[in-house]
Amino acid sequence: MATQASRAAARAMLSPAVVLLLIWMIVPLAMTLWFSFQRYNLLYPDRAGFIGFGNYINFVATSGFWEAIVNTLLLVGGVLAITVIGGILIALLIDQPIWGQGPVRILVISPFFIMPPVAALIWKNMFMNPSNGLFAEAARFLGLPPFDFLGQAPLASIVLIVAWQWLPFATLILLTALQSLDSERMEAAEMDGAGPFARFWFIALPHLARAITVVILIQTIFLLGIFGEILVTTNGGPGNASTTLTYLVYKEALLDFDAGTAAAGGVVAVILANIVALFLMRAIGRNLDA
Amino acid sequence: MARAVPPARKALTTALAWAVGLLLFFPILWTVLTSFKPEPVAVASPPVFLDFDWTLRNYQDVQRQRDYFDYFQNSVILSLGSTILALLIAIPAAWSMAFVPGRRTKDLLMWMLSTKMMPAVGVLVPIYLILKWLDDMITRRTGIDVGLDSHVALLVILTLINLPIVIWMLYTYFREIPGEILEAARMDGATLRDEILWILTPMALPGIASTFLLNVILAWNEAFWTINLTVTDAAPLSKFITGFSSPQGLFYAKLSAASTLAIAPILVLGWFSQRQLVRGLTFGAVK
Amino acid sequence: MTSMTRALLGATALCACGLAAAAQQTTITIATVNNGDMIRMQGLSDVFTEAHPDIALEWVTLEENVLRQNVTTDIATGGGQYDVITIGTYEVPIWGRQGWLVPLDDLPADYDVDDLLPPIRAGLSVDGTLYAVPFYGESSFVMYRTDLMEAAGLQMPEAPTWDFIREAAAAMNNPEAGVHGICLRGKPGWGENMAFLTAMANSFGARWFDENWQPQFDSEAWANTINFYLDLMNNYGPPGASANGFNENLTLFQQGKCGMWIDATVAASFVTDPNNSTVADKVGFALAPDNGLGKRGNWLWAWSLAIPASSDAVDAAKTFIAWATSKDYTELVAEREGWANVPPGTRTSLYENPAYLEAAPFAQMTLDAINSADPNAPTVDPVPYTGVQFVAIPEFQGIGTSVGQEFAAALAGQKTAEEALAAAQEIATREMRAAGYIQ
Repeated sequence: MATQASRAAARAMLSPAVVLLLIWMIVPLAMTLWFSFQRYNLLYPDRAGFIGFGNYINFVATSGFWEAIVNTLLLVGGVLAITVIGGILIALLIDQPIWGQGPVRILVISPFFIMPPVAALIWKNMFMNPSNGLFAEAARFLGLPPFDFLGQAPLASIVLIVAWQWLPFATLILLTALQSLDSERMEAAEMDGAGPFARFWFIALPHLARAITVVILIQTIFLLGIFGEILVTTNGGPGNASTTLTYLVYKEALLDFDAGTAAAGGVVAVILANIVALFLMRAIGRNLDA
Repeated sequence: MARAVPPARKALTTALAWAVGLLLFFPILWTVLTSFKPEPVAVASPPVFLDFDWTLRNYQDVQRQRDYFDYFQNSVILSLGSTILALLIAIPAAWSMAFVPGRRTKDLLMWMLSTKMMPAVGVLVPIYLILKWLDDMITRRTGIDVGLDSHVALLVILTLINLPIVIWMLYTYFREIPGEILEAARMDGATLRDEILWILTPMALPGIASTFLLNVILAWNEAFWTINLTVTDAAPLSKFITGFSSPQGLFYAKLSAASTLAIAPILVLGWFSQRQLVRGLTFGAVK
Repeated sequence: MTSMTRALLGATALCACGLAAAAQQTTITIATVNNGDMIRMQGLSDVFTEAHPDIALEWVTLEENVLRQNVTTDIATGGGQYDVITIGTYEVPIWGRQGWLVPLDDLPADYDVDDLLPPIRAGLSVDGTLYAVPFYGESSFVMYRTDLMEAAGLQMPEAPTWDFIREAAAAMNNPEAGVHGICLRGKPGWGENMAFLTAMANSFGARWFDENWQPQFDSEAWANTINFYLDLMNNYGPPGASANGFNENLTLFQQGKCGMWIDATVAASFVTDPNNSTVADKVGFALAPDNGLGKRGNWLWAWSLAIPASSDAVDAAKTFIAWATSKDYTELVAEREGWANVPPGTRTSLYENPAYLEAAPFAQMTLDAINSADPNAPTVDPVPYTGVQFVAIPEFQGIGTSVGQEFAAALAGQKTAEEALAAAQEIATREMRAAGYIQ
């Protein structure tokens, strides 16, 4: 359907976005690459110069680098698992005929509107605090010793907080997909004697595959960059128990003010993010005939 | 769904759905309630739910310390401004990818998304230096503030970080629009401009509305660039909240009041527009 | 002339006046911590602007970590976003030496620089030049519950030993009744748990580095410090102590959940404030503990106001910081909010003021603690650095926080003391090597 003229027009319409994103990608990336080979600590402006791969070696040798990679994968994987499975269950539940579907939907999507630092502060102080938090109160009510969430299970606690923020997003997309499912097919299957579990497994789940892919893709992009929640709740600790790659870069950039090593860390993080993205594309990309 | 459901089962699912909804909503509810408690009540053991002396004192204290409306205004400017900018750039791009797809459209889209993978912390120092340079070159000479702590700089950055998502969301929505309609219009002699203005836009409006809302939410809640690149002039509510995170002494009630102030506008917007938001929030996942 | 043009002309004239007024007015941007004393200063700043109508103030009140990262990024790149910054005794000597701060050697005579407490003034000077003025100063000491001590049949000496602290913690510990024997900092951070642990280590005869900048976490003195700390906290500390910093412990103590608390002297006015503390009339004070080695476990810190060299309103900023740290400001706070609430620990004259001494029972103890801290000779064995609870080198923030993480992990039970110390030694060695202090 495309004529020569409309092709030219299409290119003209596409170019502002491409050019802007290209600049937004290339300028910081180029500067980051440049800094990653420089000795550049904000606190020592006079100590500067080319140091080859020194910053990279320094970053990779940081205690907890490998732990940070594992933590990053656990954080992303954990949140994805909770939000996808939880999202499917909640979507199935809300999709049932219930009284007050509208209000319930409003309740369910509300966490998505909460600013990340606010969410982290609320959870940390008012729920997970082992002296004054509501969880501690609940434990005391049950006669149990209060559990120190952020001290004993730091990464799991952060996964919980982040999953709470993203569960609504997953639920919404999955719910919309579920509602587009042809109800006649479901009914036909029911007539044929398929139980609810079989109906879900053989009809609903394949139908949701695309939606699940979208949820995983978008959330991964956002989750790889998470560090505000970690900063507010555990500062990456205790030890390195909740330090992710992004948080490690933060530590270099805004605690040590070592812009050189932070840049090297940024480059490493980009490479790893792209590896993850590649895997993702391989594994689930065929669901996404974008 | 026309299936007849036994009332007992409906009651059960209703109860379950409400329980899940209330559970997810509870942290927000608790924060709002705490914001009206006197500080000692906020940490009382056992916790007090509703039966306390409701007070507005926390809000007064918060307001005395920082003028909420300045920050609110900046949040509105930044989230709406960056969203409109992003839409202006993204609509033509998404249109062109959806209706005149090339061989590399899919790769292009994935590349755009991949620009979001650079960790912001890693590029903070370079960006800070660029903005300082802009301050020296332009702001000091012309008086037009485009550097650190300026609306312009933050608008540009927020636009760019959300642009890939906006393009993708619009693209998937545009693709659902049947191409035959366009061809028919073209037969009738419609120009490209007519096509976009009178046929596509009305059909795409739900998608655009939903993209608009999602982007406003994302921009409102952005809390890295806004905290690190602003001081006062362009500081939005994310910066507002950093003044209350752990002051000395009892602070739960004041923190709750500040949190409530920071989230209330977007929460209310989200509630009122959730239908519009949901309609286009499919990213092409619905066949 | 029509009325329309007249109105327009009038408006133009008005605008011109407005512009003229605005042109004369200098706006200074003040970055400060969200601590109670600073928030009070912000509240009282109307008095300043009334006296100085040509200066307008813009406040940026931030949580400590955010403040530090914003201000450091700005000052190191010469961003020039702030005219007055709130920094501590750690940053002032480093930044002063870098030439990032405006020297304050020309303060007016009535400011009375010589009235500043000598250890504080020394901490804010580089080679005799003052680079920041102290807003409030603090050391650390023991705060304890007089009623619980009495019930336990113990008497707190004025200068307790660490062994006595353990004995008292054991005697007062009663978790069933919600009372923990002792609350100490556990939250990782160079200014949180490491401030306490470094000061404590000083009294155990430990040090961060030897004279050649070799890290010393493999020494027996450090092992003793950490083992003692862990033993104390695991047996008599509150749950979740690895997340407790100053604010968390303050809240616990105010709620009556701690028998003892060793922390900043400024906490004294909060724990004795009947509006916020449930134990206000049951608090006693004692010097920080020691082990008989000649050093006590107390630190020295002063939140101070400084002017970045990149500021474009240096004169107005100077006027402001001189006002905010003056004797007049102290009087103003005393008049409006009572003597117990004046910012402590900066001026000799305050500790000679009978009205203050009467309102603040902890005054003499605070002064003694401050005067006994010596940033130039903080440890039992000689060291190449200054600073009591920190090491005044730029790398310390990063190293201190990473090491603090290890000790927090040990406190949370995720590592043993030996593992944490070995990791600390490894971190410090690597960072010091990377920074070129050692080979």
